[in-house]
Amino acid sequence: MKIRLLTILPAVLFAGLALFPYVSSGSDDGGLVTLRGAPIPESVTDSENALKKPIESLPMERDFTQQPPLVSHAVDNYPVTKNFNKCMDCHSWERYREAKATKVSQTHFKTSEGQDLANISPRRYFCLQCHVPQVDARPLVPNDYERAKSTR
Amino acid sequence: MNIKKILSSLLWIKLVGPVAVLSVFVLGILFWAGFNTAMDKTNTEEFCISCHEMKDTVYREYQSTIHYTNPSGVRATCPDCHVPQEFVPKMVAKVKASADLWHSVLGSIDTAEKFTAKRQLLAEREWRRMRANNSQECRNCHDTNSFDYGAQSYRAADQHLEGLEKGKICVDCHQGIAHQLPQIEQGISIVGGEGVAPETFHSAAPK
Repeated sequence: MKIRLLTILPAVLFAGLALFPYVSSGSDDGGLVTLRGAPIPESVTDSENALKKPIESLPMERDFTQQPPLVSHAVDNYPVTKNFNKCMDCHSWERYREAKATKVSQTHFKTSEGQDLANISPRRYFCLQCHVPQVDARPLVPNDYERAKSTR
Repeated sequence: MNIKKILSSLLWIKLVGPVAVLSVFVLGILFWAGFNTAMDKTNTEEFCISCHEMKDTVYREYQSTIHYTNPSGVRATCPDCHVPQEFVPKMVAKVKASADLWHSVLGSIDTAEKFTAKRQLLAEREWRRMRANNSQECRNCHDTNSFDYGAQSYRAADQHLEGLEKGKICVDCHQGIAHQLPQIEQGISIVGGEGVAPETFHSAAPK
């Protein structure tokens, strides 16, 4: 009897839940619209674009001193938001050993006045402003640029 | 005369058993079918976002992730990750989730601001649950025994092999893959000390 009751109880509960009137979820696009109110169709991805295919290897050599090292992996869907910086999840000094990643340069622990900080300076927060994924990109303009001697 | 009466009453008695058994059997089928149907109904995306306060927050965030949109069109919906498939854990999850009806009435998280205020609490609760059951809902689809390490990037393969060897589970590294993360303490800001503690975020041991 006890077992029977235990079986019936959730059943009654969920039958009630199923009857609970619920609204339709609407369209699948999540209600995204353009500024003029037109619906935004499914996202279009350009998979043939080489610029979207980062070269997953060791980082390419730098071409000039002070060049920010290139990112040697894809960064799709890596959030860099107010709450969380995915880059720092591997490249911070606390995390780089476990992640086997390059640690952030010490230059990033300074204010613009050169004062040393205990933490990474907030002005360095947006990594991808300087560090971009390395891709097989043709030079936009033909040129005979050569590496600085010191970086050869 | 008397014998006939006795016989007919006996026949009635004889029939009681089979009829009762048959009706219990049929009722059982109907009950089980109804129960299952109701259960399946509560395991749909529409149902989840109808009364849970997620439509404009976590549901919208999830729509731009790989579990919603991807090249092959296979989609993991809310219950695939948040409701266990096994009967007893599923019942437990359903009963726990019914507390949301109460919070729906209270309006505990019915605006983006209220949700943000609770995001850390809710996220940590879900990580705890997933750590306690060995990320079973991930593993329902992602079987590590079927990993093709050669097809993974070399860093991914390396991290997977090492992490799994050390007994880490999916959610120890893969948090915030379908929804935005709460604030995580990463030692970046000058103030610091706010948000999810690093040892909670990267905990490897089940809690």
